[in-house]
This record gives sequence, C-alpha cells and structure tokens, in this order.
Amino acid sequence: MLATKAIMEQGVHVEGINFFTGFCVEGHTHAIRKKNKAKPKRNNSLWVAEQLGIKLHIIDVIEEYKNVLINPQHGYGANLNPCLDCKVFMVQKAQQWIEENDFDFIITGEVIGQRPMSQRKDTMPVIARESGANERLLRPLCAKNLPETLPEKEGWVNREELYDFSGRTRKPQMTLAEQFGFTEYAQPAGGCCFLTDKSYSDKLVDLWTARGKKEYELDDIMLLKVGRHLRPKAHFKMIIAREEGENNFLQGYKNVFQTMTTVSHPGPLVLIDGTLSEQDCWLAAQITARYSQGREAEQVDVKMTQQGEEKSFLVTPLSSDEIAKEWHV
Amino acid sequence: MNKQFLDARRLLCPMPVIRVQDKIKTMALGDQLEVACTDPGVMQDIPAWCRINGHQILSANNNAGEFTINIVVGD
Repeated sequence: MLATKAIMEQGVHVEGINFFTGFCVEGHTHAIRKKNKAKPKRNNSLWVAEQLGIKLHIIDVIEEYKNVLINPQHGYGANLNPCLDCKVFMVQKAQQWIEENDFDFIITGEVIGQRPMSQRKDTMPVIARESGANERLLRPLCAKNLPETLPEKEGWVNREELYDFSGRTRKPQMTLAEQFGFTEYAQPAGGCCFLTDKSYSDKLVDLWTARGKKEYELDDIMLLKVGRHLRPKAHFKMIIAREEGENNFLQGYKNVFQTMTTVSHPGPLVLIDGTLSEQDCWLAAQITARYSQGREAEQVDVKMTQQGEEKSFLVTPLSSDEIAKEWHV
Repeated sequence: MNKQFLDARRLLCPMPVIRVQDKIKTMALGDQLEVACTDPGVMQDIPAWCRINGHQILSANNNAGEFTINIVVGD
C-alpha cells in the first residue's frame, strides 16, 4: 500500500496484482468459520486497491505454485514456507504480466531486513535475477539502500523521493502511513500465509507422509484449514468439525469421503480419509462420540455413511485420556 | 447486449472473483453477467472488484444462502 502510494505520488500509473496460491489465510478461513462472522469478510487486496483507487488483477496460480512448494530451490523457512522461491515465482509472474500488458516496471513493498529469508540484502538481488525482472524490479521503500534500477536511471521515478527503510521495525512505515493519511491498513507482512504456520505445515507433512508422495489438490489444502485432524492409525485420518461453520463447509465433501455423525446426540460431521477395517470403524465411532454432546453418555449411536450405504454403531465414547496425544495431527 | 451466466457456487473467495474477472475479460462493454455463488464473502468482494475495475452492479440478492449478482460490463 505504501510502496504503491509512494510511486503514485510521482505521477506513475500503477495497477495491482494479487496472486492466489490457495494458502492465503484471509478469505477462505473467514468464510468457513462461524466464530469469525463478526469480522468483515473483505478481501484485503481488494480493499487496499479501492483505497488507492487502482485496478487490481487477482491471478489464480494454484497449479503453478505446486512446484514452488514441493521443490523449492532455496529450501523452506521455519515451517513449509518457501519464502524466497515464492517471491521469485511471484515476481516472475508479475514480469510476465507486465510484458503482456505493456507496463514498464514492477514495484513491491519489500524492505531490507524485514523478513529473515526473502528480504535480506543478499537475497533481494536473487529475486530480481532469478525472476528475470532484473532492473525492472523497484522496491520504493528501501530503494535508496539498493543499486539504482531502470525506472530510476530512466527518470520514470525520482530516486530522491524514494525511501531508505531497513530492519524489522515498522515504525518508519507507520509514520509514512500517517503522512499519506492512511488510518487503517492490513496487517504488516507475514502471517498471511498458512505455510508459515507450524500446525498447518504439520498437517501438510502428514498428508504427504500418508500418501507416500508430495502432491496435493486445492481441496486437500482447503481441508487442512478446517476442523480437528486426528490420525488414530497410519492408514486413516478423521477431520472433525469444531463448530457450525466448519460443519456446513464439510457437508460439501460428504459425497467424497466416508462420514460419521452422531444420531442420538448433537455432534459434529466427521470426514474419514482412508480404508477402515471393521475394528477401525468402531474406534472411529468412539472418537466421533467423544466429540459430540454425548461424550459423557453411556452409549452414543453413531451413523457411518460410505458411498450411500449406512451403518450404525452403538458405542461408549472414548474418554479424553483415551484420545492419544499423538493422534492429533 | 449479450447476457451470460456464471456458476461459482461452492467456491470460496477469492475464487468467485477470479472466475468473474476471467469471464468478463471475454465479454464486451454493456454485456451482462449473472453470477451465482454460495460464499457470503462475494457480497463484499465482487462489488469491490467491480467498483475498482469500472463495472456496474445491477443487483445483488441473497436467496436463502445462494447469492446472485448481476453485473454490467464496463470499460
């Protein structure tokens, strides 16, 4: 937002690009969980574009992004976040977009030293080089700390009116926001990608381990954002809705997965991924009962649905002690 | 004036916005697009996308959790 405004202040026409990888925290999660109903469901990139008065192009990169996540040339961060490869990929896509749409250069809001992996003085040139954007990549907020780029050399922008921010502090950005009259802005960088989240990354690793290969589809990564995930045995996993919004969301998958629900008591919808033996079904039913309102009851009636066929299990719910910690993915 | 329909039901934002954007790219000025969605987020996101990209919302209705938005393509 600040980088864009800084360039617009110099009379340059700017349009925004937002890449959708499938791992964005906002949007989907807000849409699924009922507990977030009070929060506005706005898409931050659209909101920012509207505040700035610029066009925004949202680009679906779900398929292409798989290779970035599965085979990152520069490795992962603390979790499954391939930040440097991700930046290279996005700038590369932006470069492709500007060539197709007759734009002259790319700007990003990066600041040297702000992030430990992709925004270091030594990695920022890597992004410019490996993306193919080279001198057409300008970072207005820290441009004065970097070599001159093409837009500066050509006089399309005045380098003197750019900034020299560096480090993890966001105080200079906040001051600049105030100067620009921005009283509200989206959260600072980071935390907007599920891949930086340990719990989410653990679930993705578990998915790959169970399948024996590093592959995913959009539905897989969507489901990792939803519910309580339990793997009682290596060959099957349960996804248990935690609230009404998640229940409604999981309903959309009930024809794809085996499901369990409690009949005698209110309870969650449970999706089951894997092939279950008769004994596994009884265990899954006991777990399902544990997460229903019948958890203290002597017996709970659980219905299992598999390819249109229904089966009933009358079970005693597992106690909390019987839900092994290691089952939680 | 050409009128088209887009089914974006069961898609979560921003996918309905992306589908609308891609569909509108293939349409002409003044054409109309009716889009059906189930994610309530579209009631904010699609109008916001239309406002910033110069398209006009004719109507946006919620019919028991199914949202129908009518758009006139701008330039």
